[in-house]
Amino acid sequence: MKTKKWIPNVIILVLVLALYVVLSVLISANIINPYYSGILTMVCINVILAVSLNLATGFLGQLVLGHAGFMSVGAYAASLFTMYSGLPQIISFPIALLVGGLVAVVFGVIIGVPALRLKGDYLAILTLGFGEIIRVLILAVPFTGGAAGLSGIPLLTTFTYVFILAILTVGIIFAFIHSRHGRAVIAIREDEIAAEAAGINTTYYKLLAFVMAAFFAGVAGGLYAHHIGVLDPGKFNFNYSVEILIMVVLGGMGSITGSVIAAVVLTLLPEALRGFSEYRMLIYSIILICVMLFKPSGLLGQYEFSIARIFKRLTHKKADAEKEA
Amino acid sequence: MAMLSVKDLEVYYGSIHAIKGISFEVNEGEIVTLIGANGAGKTTTLHAISGLVKVKSGSVDFCGNNLRTTEPHKIIRLGLAQVPEGRRVFAKMTVQENLEMGACIRKDKAAVEADYKAVFERLPRLKERRKQIAGTLSGGEQQMLAIGRALMGNPKMLLLDEPSMGLSPLLVNEIFNIIQDVNKSGVTVLLVEQNAKKALEIANRAYVLETGGISMSGDAKTLSQDEQVRKAYLGG
Repeated sequence: MKTKKWIPNVIILVLVLALYVVLSVLISANIINPYYSGILTMVCINVILAVSLNLATGFLGQLVLGHAGFMSVGAYAASLFTMYSGLPQIISFPIALLVGGLVAVVFGVIIGVPALRLKGDYLAILTLGFGEIIRVLILAVPFTGGAAGLSGIPLLTTFTYVFILAILTVGIIFAFIHSRHGRAVIAIREDEIAAEAAGINTTYYKLLAFVMAAFFAGVAGGLYAHHIGVLDPGKFNFNYSVEILIMVVLGGMGSITGSVIAAVVLTLLPEALRGFSEYRMLIYSIILICVMLFKPSGLLGQYEFSIARIFKRLTHKKADAEKEA
Repeated sequence: MAMLSVKDLEVYYGSIHAIKGISFEVNEGEIVTLIGANGAGKTTTLHAISGLVKVKSGSVDFCGNNLRTTEPHKIIRLGLAQVPEGRRVFAKMTVQENLEMGACIRKDKAAVEADYKAVFERLPRLKERRKQIAGTLSGGEQQMLAIGRALMGNPKMLLLDEPSMGLSPLLVNEIFNIIQDVNKSGVTVLLVEQNAKKALEIANRAYVLETGGISMSGDAKTLSQDEQVRKAYLGG
């Protein structure tokens, strides 16, 4: 059995590649028009945001109410970098995304170090405050364009970029959760004192998971800025943080698959409901309430989609059938 | 020299003087028990040793290391493992994963593998339930798992906080047999218990805690014959 362990990974890789090829062919053949490909880009950005927030809120168990704040610092840092670095765009864009992520990390450390050394829900309050402070700060400082917004950001976000980065985010966070370090993070969620007694440096792992989440939010911010071309500080308000949190809760805290599905559905849903004009937010909320009523742990709970499991079931069935024959 | 020595320990909770200058020692290879009623300060003493509460003054020394300046997660690296009160297993992980968490600080894979075998041999019930989610185990099995998890850190000394809590008399006997067994394999034990009778049966020495101070101490057998102890803790 052990030699076949790589097969599920290859299947996933092939599926992801196939999805990418199909979507990009459809886009270049203009079957998916620019309006829809714009929505696809937002889907990928929201996947990055939801999966990274799930790391902090679902797996680490710390409520984060300012994910849009990290996104905004990443968005502004990345935009200012591509606008003023003077490097050719093909080089400056990837660096800008990295810069966006790293600036978000810096803010994550500033908030996380005092909040995560304590046991309890202090991080929720601090991130809530951070989200609002950063919005007001962006309005106040000169180089962000203030209330008028930051415009003239080159439109560099392509479908290839967001797709690859969304897949990378999911892959990295998935690998992290299934590593020794990820197990430590989950142990802290389960019981912080027992984790400490087992020798896990709780402050370190809490900070690591939280800062990782902030990093990917910053990268998502950079992608968003170069997709829309204009940054309005009002966009990154508390409501947007909650919107991302809804994706995590709806998909299931502690399920990466759930976050991905919820991010896709909740980005497409308001668009699909556009025909109902003013009723669409009503329908959106009714769907959310129904899910929470009938499946309070979220659509998937903590379940993960696994090709390996399907594969095992299939081979077992085959083996059983052979035995019977 | 004593393996663990606590000297003039004082702990305050705000203005409440919880531990009033207690001193005790645990020598290598011993089972030492701290007995006392509710609120006497047993758990607080253990928390002071493991760095979970702030110590006002006094010293806590383990194998020559000052535990007052050691971060809680580093204590296990010195060879002092804890079985916390109320078991505190990782309820959503499997038995196997719980044990892995106990060994998470160790890098010597071969030795860890050997310790799995040793733990499963000592606690065969865990082996049967290796893939089971820990939260679905019975209280006694969870206690075994908590002990197993602590042993996976390959400790020189084990701190046990109320291992008999909430268990049936039959299971209490089983847990205490396991503790004796572990001790015979060379692990020193500090046992904090409300069930004074059982604790005195297996311990070499004992200290009696009363409202934050040590009121009596000595050989466990002698203490269990003592009139005062019998009246107060052993039901006459």
